[in-house]
Amino acid sequence: MIALALLLAVPGLARVQAQGELRWAGDLQGGEPYVFRDPVDPSRLTGFEVDIARELAAKLGVRERFIQNDWQNLVPSLERGDFDIILNGLEDTPALRGRILLSRPYFRFSEQLVVRRGFALRSLDQLKGHRVGTLASSLAHLLLRRQPGVQVVLYTGQEEPYQDLQNGRTDAVLLDSVIAARYGLTKPDLELADADVARGAYVVGLRKGDDDLLAAVNTALGQIDLEGIYQKWSLPPQPREVQEVPAQQTRFDFAQVTLFLQGAWMTLVVSLLAMALAVPLGLLLALARMYGGPAPRLLAHAYVEIFRGTPVLLQLYILYYGLAPVVHLNALSAAIIGLGLNYGAYEAEVHRAAMQAIPVGQSEAAAALGLSRIQSLRLVLLPQALRTALPAMTNDLIALLKDSSLVSVITVVELTKQMTITAVDVRSWALPGLLCGALYFAMSYPLARLAARLEAALEGEAEEVALA
Amino acid sequence: MMLTVRNLHKVYGARQVLRGIDATVAAGETIALVGPSGGGKSTFLRCLNGLNSFDAGEVNIAGLALQARTPPDAPALLPLRARVGMVFQGFHLFPHLSVIENVMLAPLHVRREERAIVRERAQALLDRVGLGDRARARPAQLSGGQQQRVAIARALAMQPEVLLLDEPTSALDPEMRGEVLAVLRNLAGSCTMLVVTHEMGFARGVASRIWVFDEGKLVEDGPPAEVCENPRSERARAFFKAAG
Repeated sequence: MIALALLLAVPGLARVQAQGELRWAGDLQGGEPYVFRDPVDPSRLTGFEVDIARELAAKLGVRERFIQNDWQNLVPSLERGDFDIILNGLEDTPALRGRILLSRPYFRFSEQLVVRRGFALRSLDQLKGHRVGTLASSLAHLLLRRQPGVQVVLYTGQEEPYQDLQNGRTDAVLLDSVIAARYGLTKPDLELADADVARGAYVVGLRKGDDDLLAAVNTALGQIDLEGIYQKWSLPPQPREVQEVPAQQTRFDFAQVTLFLQGAWMTLVVSLLAMALAVPLGLLLALARMYGGPAPRLLAHAYVEIFRGTPVLLQLYILYYGLAPVVHLNALSAAIIGLGLNYGAYEAEVHRAAMQAIPVGQSEAAAALGLSRIQSLRLVLLPQALRTALPAMTNDLIALLKDSSLVSVITVVELTKQMTITAVDVRSWALPGLLCGALYFAMSYPLARLAARLEAALEGEAEEVALA
Repeated sequence: MMLTVRNLHKVYGARQVLRGIDATVAAGETIALVGPSGGGKSTFLRCLNGLNSFDAGEVNIAGLALQARTPPDAPALLPLRARVGMVFQGFHLFPHLSVIENVMLAPLHVRREERAIVRERAQALLDRVGLGDRARARPAQLSGGQQQRVAIARALAMQPEVLLLDEPTSALDPEMRGEVLAVLRNLAGSCTMLVVTHEMGFARGVASRIWVFDEGKLVEDGPPAEVCENPRSERARAFFKAAG
């Protein structure tokens, strides 16, 4: 540990040489052609950036070692000292330049607008009021936000924006030429509308203070046969020059707070509507399991076990992307239905437990009075079960409030997603994180108080019964 | 006859709970069912409104025939239950409803009577069991004796032709038993009643006949004086001696 701390204190180049390895970071989720697992031998990494990293390390006289890191958080991780350089489609922007050291470009790209074949609108200006997809926190995201009237739809992977474009959930996708060539234009029903919306460059990112390492990296990049690597990976032709994207440092101001409140509102809407679906669904499942014939019993049981036994994230993916050719849901509906279907499984168990807690004498008394089975359920058993289940349901709603952050994978920008976007923009997690936490707390604490009061009220009633 | 039972048999697994019961009850009679625990008297009572099914024999109650092996939740039982009331040892009031709502529930939803009429009758019944002023209370706010009196009013609200009472005072403290027994004494004669009880004083004083159940058989059937003073079977003699 002490040795490592000492190593970190040593400026860049000497440190790397002492380590004997160049630790370079990227995100495998970025996939082809950057850094990805070799389909032939998944234990090996491959991609054009792997080739560059190997050459770079060789020039520095060390081995290379890949460090996996979430793409959106490459910069904070670099600053923490988790690795030496970022080499993963990092885009040169003035804001980034103010924070870390950036190398000379190793690849220049165009931002390209892709649409469905034959689509009438061919430029960003024409797309006012339309939905345009891109990757969160990319240069294209920055450009889209400066385009008034465009509804930005955010993704975390490269395949999904083009899939949604095919399915008509968006009307265009703006991403760089490397991604557009690999993931967009390979689809026969998509085409290029604007091949040169803007230009940018991929650069290597280094920690501040590592100036000698930067110099070494720049020298090495000048010596490496980059063209050879790009031809090997058949990357699209590079534009001759890169124009500057004007600086715009986002500050954490009132506009950001407004975005947070919108995110919180979305969180609340998704959670409440999903719960409004989950409670009756759970009730239906519980009744099927308790009173149904063999088939409904089995189906309800299978439903509960499958939805409880698989990740809700996976269920959202399947519902939104997997079933897209069959069921055409928009993102918000898919989010509400996905969470509702999942929580329905939990509510089913809550209701079942509550029903089973009712003394058998209650249904006997109802039967002896001549109430039918349905009447007995409606008038005697369910009102009692719902009262018993209320505290558990409130707890589940609080859990759902936080689980709802998962719906950002299907492009719904709720509170947590807004927080990560802002954190990347303002290059700090502290303030956005605090505000995000405060807003979650402001929503869940009243619910927790309500749950506690309900529980106390019901316990009080139980005591009265015991005393009687 | 308000009740006719012929050769009633009931089996729990390998155990014969009821082994050929024959009995008849005329309208207006009050029958006290007594005997040692496990003798089958509660099971017999629950067979009469289908809460327990029986395996063989015939039951005809309030003009309706009950078939062997009818499941307790069979819709065919609904008309019978509307005519045969039941009071349980554990009261089983509905805790989420007020006292008067408990009494009104079945007439409103089973007989679909008009609310105003039902409310009036429910209030009169609560007055009759001495709880007219507790109509808006919740069951949990009442004592056990009061709860059982509400349960009796709830059963009577359906204006049953036969009222079955399964050990109505066994879960109560001695001082509360009196108030429930007083209600039943007051009721005797106006409604056909079958009461499973351990209250020998009540059985002697109120019942028109006493039935002694033992090992699944009806071993004594006669007026209280005859059965209590001069039981024919050895088992009944032993029971009355023990019961004092």
